[in-house]
Amino acid sequence: MCPNTEPTATVSPGSAVVRVPVLQLVGVVKSFPGVKALKGVSFDIAAGEVHALLGENGAGKSTLIKVMSGVYTPDAGVLRLDGKDIRLNGPDDARAVGIATIYQELLLFPELSVAENVFMGHAPRRRWGALDWPAMRTKTRALLDSLEITDLDPAQMVGTLSVGNRQRVEILRALSQDARILIMDEPTAALTERDVQRLFAIVRRLRERRVGIVYISHRLDETFELADRVTVLRDGEYVGTKAVTDTSPDDLVQMMVGRRIENLFPKVAVPIGAPVLEVRNLVRRPHTLDVSLTLRAGEIVGLAGLVGSGRSEFAQTIFGVTPAESGEILLNGKPVSVRSAAEGCHLGIAYLPEDRGIQGLVRPLTVRENLSMAMLTRLAHGSFIDRAAEQELAQDGVRRFGIRTSGIETVVNKLSGGNQQKVVLGKWLATNPKVLILDEPTRGIDVGAKAEIHRLMCELAGRGLAILMISSELPEVLGMSDRVLVMREGRVVVELPREAATQERVGGYMMGSEAVPQAVAS
Amino acid sequence: MSAALASAVPVWRRRRLQVSQEWLLLLGIVALVIVVGLVNPRFLALRNLQTILLGNAYIAVAAIGMSMVIISGNIDISIGSLIGVLATVSGSLAVAGVPLGLSWLIPILLGVVAMSIMGAFVAYLNIPAIVVTLGMMSVLKGGLISVTNGVWISNLPPGFLLAQEKVFGVVPMPVFLMVVLTVAAAWWMRNTSAGRSMYAVGGNVEAARLCGYHRQRTLMMIFAVHGLFAGVAAVLFATQLSVIQSSVPANLEMTIITASVVGGVSILGGTGTVIGSTLAAILIAAIANSLVFVNISPFWLRAVQGTLILVTVLADILRRRRRAKAR
Repeated sequence: MCPNTEPTATVSPGSAVVRVPVLQLVGVVKSFPGVKALKGVSFDIAAGEVHALLGENGAGKSTLIKVMSGVYTPDAGVLRLDGKDIRLNGPDDARAVGIATIYQELLLFPELSVAENVFMGHAPRRRWGALDWPAMRTKTRALLDSLEITDLDPAQMVGTLSVGNRQRVEILRALSQDARILIMDEPTAALTERDVQRLFAIVRRLRERRVGIVYISHRLDETFELADRVTVLRDGEYVGTKAVTDTSPDDLVQMMVGRRIENLFPKVAVPIGAPVLEVRNLVRRPHTLDVSLTLRAGEIVGLAGLVGSGRSEFAQTIFGVTPAESGEILLNGKPVSVRSAAEGCHLGIAYLPEDRGIQGLVRPLTVRENLSMAMLTRLAHGSFIDRAAEQELAQDGVRRFGIRTSGIETVVNKLSGGNQQKVVLGKWLATNPKVLILDEPTRGIDVGAKAEIHRLMCELAGRGLAILMISSELPEVLGMSDRVLVMREGRVVVELPREAATQERVGGYMMGSEAVPQAVAS
Repeated sequence: MSAALASAVPVWRRRRLQVSQEWLLLLGIVALVIVVGLVNPRFLALRNLQTILLGNAYIAVAAIGMSMVIISGNIDISIGSLIGVLATVSGSLAVAGVPLGLSWLIPILLGVVAMSIMGAFVAYLNIPAIVVTLGMMSVLKGGLISVTNGVWISNLPPGFLLAQEKVFGVVPMPVFLMVVLTVAAAWWMRNTSAGRSMYAVGGNVEAARLCGYHRQRTLMMIFAVHGLFAGVAAVLFATQLSVIQSSVPANLEMTIITASVVGGVSILGGTGTVIGSTLAAILIAAIANSLVFVNISPFWLRAVQGTLILVTVLADILRRRRRAKAR
């Protein structure tokens, strides 16, 4: 595929300076088995600008920065540095040409000092290759001074520093390697408000020093506060690049979510019964702060929100994995206490975890053993497993959920992603739950299996199950839900009935641009 | 479509894939016996074959518990030292005139207690098992030498030696116990929820926790059961010869771990059976014995054991890779 939009030098708004791109990506394609993560994306970054990269979870931002930082080699497309085609065969290559990346999970050595971390891998040397400690310290001091950081000591252990300070060490590290381009992946995600302001000050200072900064964030307000230009990705595709002065939060949300609803979601309307699960003022710090919700029989409620908004943590609190600190949970009108997953399971709550590999399946075990896992105590007489009953349950599960396997004795690791997910679903439904919580039920599985899972959900709702579905895919949330709840920063910020839930509205509440909902609603 | 196709694969085929490790080991034992028997027929003497089983039954018994520990994702390197200590305790009690039944029972109970303590460190304090058992190994090894000065315990009372007892007049007690305990443990691991919990916790702690399994309780149970088998193994070890050297048998833990791993227990946890580990223990013993009969220095035994481990682990990895590719 050939890109039709080739970014060229653009004129900076408000000035006559022509932006000459330092690094330019043209028509970058990157595929992974089963997914096309980037479908011909173009992007460029000039010296002395902050270029924000926006998009939903799974839009391809992470893949794109990994292409820029040499972690991935693109399948197609070119990278140009100062107008010359380059090839980055690894992170070392990127570092050598002055591209530094600060990942969300900071890669530092906690047992070493600030100076050692800054110069890890390129420390000043004396003759015979010995480390030049005084030079290392003075150079670190100089870097600190240049950013006007006065409260960091080069000799301090990094492990004793706050997250904000560790991030500054990473920035120093990038500068010590003469980085011309600095890529920051959600740098404010784990910072306190004060640290955010200090980070912004440093970013502005770097911009003055003609460093090009690629800035990834979920927060629209940051984009408008800090960035010069913004590029939006959606489902691995390039949507557009705008100068921040030419755009609005409205506009950006529209660009991020405005996709056609291609998949038809087979939502079947079923009669909705009495409340099954009522949650009142549930608190479990730091992720669940005063959340209330009601789930009725036959109802599918969608829980939308960005990754990190506290959706999964809230679900796990209902299920008992992380018991609530305060608040009430009522099942069929009766208050219950859920102190552990076993209790949640026993009460008739089933939780299909977000990551089937980490939390859902025991991969070395067979389909039979996985399917019976959540209700083994009920299949056992005393301690002895009733093999006949177990086999029947497994066979029944395979049939009911259409699990494609060579038999119930097959090791689950051999199944495809969609079929593995059906095993996890089958495992929990075997317990005959009243409430089913699905956390990203269709992530990473193919379209066919997805449709099957959606069909199953409707069937289950039709039989009176109350379903809470957490999903990062807006079309799925909108297509499958009777009601949509949006979570942000540990709270439910809005509840929308099916008719009122549009991509723009839900997206706006997710991103937390307060201006957007009103604007769209009007 | 593919479901219909897949279910057309005959049942025996699927089963064969599953039990391959056990069958391979059995095949290995038979092949070894035939080949060595051809080179030196004296290897086949009933007495010799009996010696192989009799002298190594305790290793197979210890490997049962070890397999459980490894399946749960842990390891125990203190087992050799523990067996040495418990065997000394058993012999000393017998010499001191304690009733025979008690001189067998007390070391078994001590084994359960010692392993439960280690289990508590692993389960509740989250200290890696290799660290806990390494510490315990040093304590036991050092303690034993300091207390006993490595003297030999002799003058064991008549009837103490289980190796001389025969069940039904034909099967030596250690061999009988090896077979019965292996079958019982295999059945228990296969058919009880406690047994399943070992595989679940070893295969994926997170998933097991969400299904209501308690990691800590499961680990405590595994270590306690492991201690039980270690105790029985120590008693078998103490009661096979008329003297007990009150020191730790060299590299015993390595031999036991080798039996488990060669028996098909994945060092990553989650898979394996004790039928496999017992067969592997017999195979290793047969190899050691056959070295003498084909005139190879017994010093090669360690090298052979090491090679066996490497081959097994390599085969396991290749199998996993093929499986991953097939997906």
